[in-house]
Amino acid sequence: MAKHINLTLKIWRQDGPKAAGRFETYDVPDISEDASFLEMLDVLNERLIESGKEPVTFESDCREGICGTCGLMINGKAHGPEKGTATCQLHMRKFSDGDHITIEPWRAASFPVIRDLAVDRSALDKIMAAGGYISVNTGAAPDANLTLVPKDVADTAFDAAACIQCGACVAACPNSAAQLFTAAKVSHLNLLPQGQPERWSRVENMVETMEEFFGACTNHGECYEACPKEISLDFIAIMNKDYVKSKIKNRRLASQQG
Amino acid sequence: MAQTVSRYGRVEPIRPRSKVRLPFPLSLYQTAVGKKWVMALTGLMLLGFVIFHALGNIKMYIGPTEINEYGEALRDLGGHIVPRTHLLWILRIGLAGAFLLHIHAAWGVSRMSKQANTAYKGGRDYIAANFASRTMRWTGIIVALYLVFHLADLTWGWFNEDYIRGDVYFNMTESMSNLPIALIYIVANVALAIHVFHGAWSLFQSLGINNPKYNPARRLFAVAIALFILVVNVSFPIMVQAGVLENDGPTPHEEAAE
Amino acid sequence: MSAVLDARIPKGDLSEKWENHKFSVKIVNANNKRKFTVIVVGSGLAGASAAASLAELGYKVKLFTYHDSPRRAHSIAAQGGINAAKNYKNDGDSVHRLFYDTIKGGDYRAREANVHRLAEVSVNIIDQATAQGVPFAREYGGLLDNRSFGGAQVSRTFYARGQTGQQLLIGANSALMRQVGLGTVELNNRTEMLDVVVKDGQAVGIITRDLLTGEVEGHSGHAVLLCTGGYGNVYFLSTNAKMCNVTAAWRAHRKGAYFANPCYTQIHPTCIPASDDFQSKLTLMSESLRNDGRIWVPTSSSETRAADLIPESERDYFLERKYPAFGNLVPRDVASRNAKAVVDQERGVGPLKNGVYLDFSAAIDRDGVNAIKERYGNLFDMYERITGEDPYKVPMRIYPATHYTMGGLWVDYNLMTTIPGLYALGEANFSDHGANRLGASALMQGLADGYFVIPATVGDYLANKLGDAVVPTSDPVFTQAIAEVADRTKQWLSTGGTKSVDYYHRELGKIVWDYIGMSRDRNGLEKAMSEIPALHEEYRKNVRVLGSADTLNQSLEKAGRVDDFFGLAQLMARDALEREESCGGHFREEHQTEEGEAKRDDDNFAHVAAWEWQGEGGAHVRHKEELVFENVTLSQRSYK
Ligand SMILES: Cc1cc2nc3c(=O)[nH]c(=O)nc-3n(C[C@H](O)[C@H](O)[C@H](O)COP(=O)(O)OP(=O)(O)OC[C@H]3O[C@@H](n4cnc5c(N)ncnc54)[C@H](O)[C@@H]3O)c2cc1C
Ligand code: HEM
Ligand code: HEM
Ligand code: SF4
Ligand code: F3S
Ligand code: FES
Repeated sequence: MAKHINLTLKIWRQDGPKAAGRFETYDVPDISEDASFLEMLDVLNERLIESGKEPVTFESDCREGICGTCGLMINGKAHGPEKGTATCQLHMRKFSDGDHITIEPWRAASFPVIRDLAVDRSALDKIMAAGGYISVNTGAAPDANLTLVPKDVADTAFDAAACIQCGACVAACPNSAAQLFTAAKVSHLNLLPQGQPERWSRVENMVETMEEFFGACTNHGECYEACPKEISLDFIAIMNKDYVKSKIKNRRLASQQG
Repeated sequence: MAQTVSRYGRVEPIRPRSKVRLPFPLSLYQTAVGKKWVMALTGLMLLGFVIFHALGNIKMYIGPTEINEYGEALRDLGGHIVPRTHLLWILRIGLAGAFLLHIHAAWGVSRMSKQANTAYKGGRDYIAANFASRTMRWTGIIVALYLVFHLADLTWGWFNEDYIRGDVYFNMTESMSNLPIALIYIVANVALAIHVFHGAWSLFQSLGINNPKYNPARRLFAVAIALFILVVNVSFPIMVQAGVLENDGPTPHEEAAE
Repeated sequence: MSAVLDARIPKGDLSEKWENHKFSVKIVNANNKRKFTVIVVGSGLAGASAAASLAELGYKVKLFTYHDSPRRAHSIAAQGGINAAKNYKNDGDSVHRLFYDTIKGGDYRAREANVHRLAEVSVNIIDQATAQGVPFAREYGGLLDNRSFGGAQVSRTFYARGQTGQQLLIGANSALMRQVGLGTVELNNRTEMLDVVVKDGQAVGIITRDLLTGEVEGHSGHAVLLCTGGYGNVYFLSTNAKMCNVTAAWRAHRKGAYFANPCYTQIHPTCIPASDDFQSKLTLMSESLRNDGRIWVPTSSSETRAADLIPESERDYFLERKYPAFGNLVPRDVASRNAKAVVDQERGVGPLKNGVYLDFSAAIDRDGVNAIKERYGNLFDMYERITGEDPYKVPMRIYPATHYTMGGLWVDYNLMTTIPGLYALGEANFSDHGANRLGASALMQGLADGYFVIPATVGDYLANKLGDAVVPTSDPVFTQAIAEVADRTKQWLSTGGTKSVDYYHRELGKIVWDYIGMSRDRNGLEKAMSEIPALHEEYRKNVRVLGSADTLNQSLEKAGRVDDFFGLAQLMARDALEREESCGGHFREEHQTEEGEAKRDDDNFAHVAAWEWQGEGGAHVRHKEELVFENVTLSQRSYK
């Protein structure tokens, strides 16, 4: 049987968007090291309910590190101490007996707290609606093999497309900038041949929508450290270049030269 | 056609996009990504100046006449093609413009991040963000204040009763033999080195200069420049204090003219 | 009866049915489309693709999902790939072959015409997704790559690393967000649908609860599309996302939509076994692992040694032993059942003796660590992250887990349920997979329904409603339904019991897993049918839900969902009991060949069982849709 550990949790509790929040401390003994971090919180919630206390609200869905629903600030680190790992994939064997763990929701002005550890990240979808697509109506697509995509291009685009829209980059950024997320989304499409026709308007609209909600990137690089998909900072450079080009180059010429 | 969108995006922009679209290319400067691009360009210019200036100042070690001749050469820049000091003035105005733009943009992006940011109540950890990247605003302000002081000291001679226009060596050793002034020089140039340690790395990201092959060299580049500034610039006050650079009174055969 | 269950399969030759149908159905004039409001519930592959495509056509679309972002729908988790009859490999694939494989894979319990249509449009899906920027795997020449999957003899599975589902969903979602940006789709996130509103026998809208404010509201539309996914979480432990539930489909069922084949559930053989009581869900490990891993257990049930200390002579490679031709690559259901058999014999491995070994040491010896790392590196990493064991050194432990549900709302060829105006798409309908779904076919079906089928078929219903305004939400059908939903939701807060919702869900899951899981028999099913209602009774009296109804309250959300799972579980048992044959994912111990294989009864059970709700406490009525096979000959599977 797996080892069991005893923990002390300091968890942010907040009754609603407008309520003042506070930290509460919970002793959580006897947690299996095989449990995931969220399963540990499930156990806490079971115990809270049993003793008539309201459970801690935290969000998750797939628990496989792909949907991007989960996300907690664990001991001051977005998604916790393990690199390239979403909160739901973090396991308790990364902690030791007697540990004190502080759990806080993600904070940014555009990520308002809904309740306890749950925040509203729909600003990220606003960025998507502003241009995170290729305009192709259903049925209008040519044969898939008509456009050749060099493997290296496809692979790089994929590296960007792996983003799970969790918002950890914003949570970790000292400026609350959404650069890494937006860059991943912009680059995924701007790198592919299919994305070229809307390349310049896409980057322009997405960046400007991003700036309505989030801070300015000063290249701290915290976002990359927090990102469960290890999206590279290089995409931020790619986005910056495309954005500046979209602003100062003649669109027609820019498109001709790629 | 637009309908009311009832639930999605209950989060409102914290900084709605400005309705006024400035004409090309000023619209670039309306966004943080654009401002950062301008900061990187102006930062690059300032860097160029600082390095050039430091190289020039090394002549101090060769001797009073050399450094003074060098100062004179600057004023005579452009030789007989342009009137004396005109090119220098153009450079000065360019530099002053870059400096003001750099500061204005820095103020803009800092304000934006401040709006977007909410502090972690339980503290947070930094993994990638270093001391330099987190103190850019402060090191920048120190450098700006220093600059005013520096001009007052060595260009306008406010703190030095014996100031002799054109006798660079004398003025400098005179000032820096004063301990508080030497300390100001030391602190400010350390701050500058720290500023540049992050800035000279960051500017590549801001400009979108990104090549996986050479990316590792960006850090090296920044370290080298920061180190150069640190060693060279900080050496003067120290050497004057240590008596290596001696103040032998006004340098002879030098007409104080400009 | 059959008059009610008219599947409205078009006449004509199998390969011409869809073309003919598209021509013969009524269509709504382009300018009139904006006069229709279509409600779409669910933003998975089926929902996102349907909403985007309908909005592109000009319909007004209202989309609902309980997620904070439509991109988080459960489809995001699919790993393996998506099938399409592109025949890019020139290996003899064709629409007909994909059709045939799917019908056969479904153990001859799917509707021929639907499956053929699915195979036909499969090629358009790949085109559409590629144009949207889905980064499918490519070859060095820049062309699309594909691989063979799930025992198919041809290479027709397109994939995007291990995240085909996420990439396809990002594609569909980007099309959706484009329409949201254009204002043609109203996106209601964090909004759960809790009932369908039916007036004069037709679906006229839905009732929702805003998960943030608790507000219960009505929304009216000319048609309602349920794209709400499968019900695998009835087992509590499954590979499904935590929030997946049957509520939308079940509420529709209670309003008159027939529920078809609820007992058809798919168990996936390669999942990581549960490690303890706290286990909240199970993680799928790609099926491809069986290409190189050897499955075994110790011969003795009293074995206690570590895997590497057990000599070859005391290992039982049970799949290789029983199925020499296919070995470890037998189909999902066969592999799963055999794993269960050895675990039932107490020969399971791991601390809880609840798994079997999937051993790569032979492959590592043969091909080297690097080759294995190349092939499965990320899967091995994932395994290690979850279990803390290094599969390069210690054999993996795997066990079957619920993965997919073939049953669902009964729909006709147009995807319309038995309630006119109410449609079901994707995993929510009883679909095209018969009694067993082939790997990489669910993504295909969800997108086929959303991108290509519904845009063509919904007009047939709507055309008749031209000029009709939607039923206003002030209509008594709405106000009553709103009050009813609000009361039903609040009731959980006043139950004042002692145990959590999760506790009961877990207990229910155990019953369903034990008796309506990998293999079923009359005894067990009857037992389930008496235990489920008893537990349900206790649940309603003794569940404890704290907090209030007007804030985000996750326990409250779960309470209603689990309540509906109880009803479904009972129906699953009944369906399993009455289907006196074995087919696909439904294995009745009483009906097996001498070799222990599933034995179908085509004479009596070549039909779809569609259940009609008879009110609370009433016994469901079982309707049949006879399946007619004109283009394939029914044969018995054999993997010896
Ligand atoms: C781990 C895993 C791997 C898989 N891999 C593959 C694979 O490789 N290939 C393959 O073909 N298939 C695979 N599948 C199956 C496939 O992913 C699913 O069958 C398919 O994605 C279902 O899509 P859907 O659109 O029907 O439903 P879902 O994606 O489940 O979407 C359901 C939607 O409905 C919404 N919803 C549900 N109820 C309500 C309600 N009451 N109110 C509001 N909204 C509601 C949800 O918010 C969600 O958006 C896999 C499944 C799993 C679990
Ligand atoms: C000689 C003086 C200076 C030099 C050489 C210099 C250089 C730089 C460089 C190269 C950058 C990086 C630009 C980018 O990544 O886009 C930078 C950024 C910055 N500078 Fe300066 N700077 C100087 C003075 C100042 C002053 C006076 C201020 C402010 C009062 C300031 C504030 C900032 C700020 C806030 C940043 C943003 C941080 C970042 O981009 O990472 N700088 N500077
Ligand atoms: C310890 C290091 C430094 C020394 C010894 C030094 C020395 C001097 C001297 C002697 C002059 C006067 C030259 C003349 O009048 O001909 C001067 C001018 C100037 N210095 Fe420095 N300096 C130092 C660092 C810096 C730094 C870091 C900056 C920028 C941030 C700077 C900016 C300037 C400017 C703008 C002028 C005016 C140039 C002009 O007249 O055009 N100096 N410096
Ligand atoms: S870039 Fe990384 S951290 Fe940011 S949203 Fe995407 S996956 Fe999350
Ligand atoms: S941490 Fe923030 S400052 Fe930029 S590089 Fe990442 S967004
Ligand atoms: S719960 Fe889906 S990524 Fe963590």
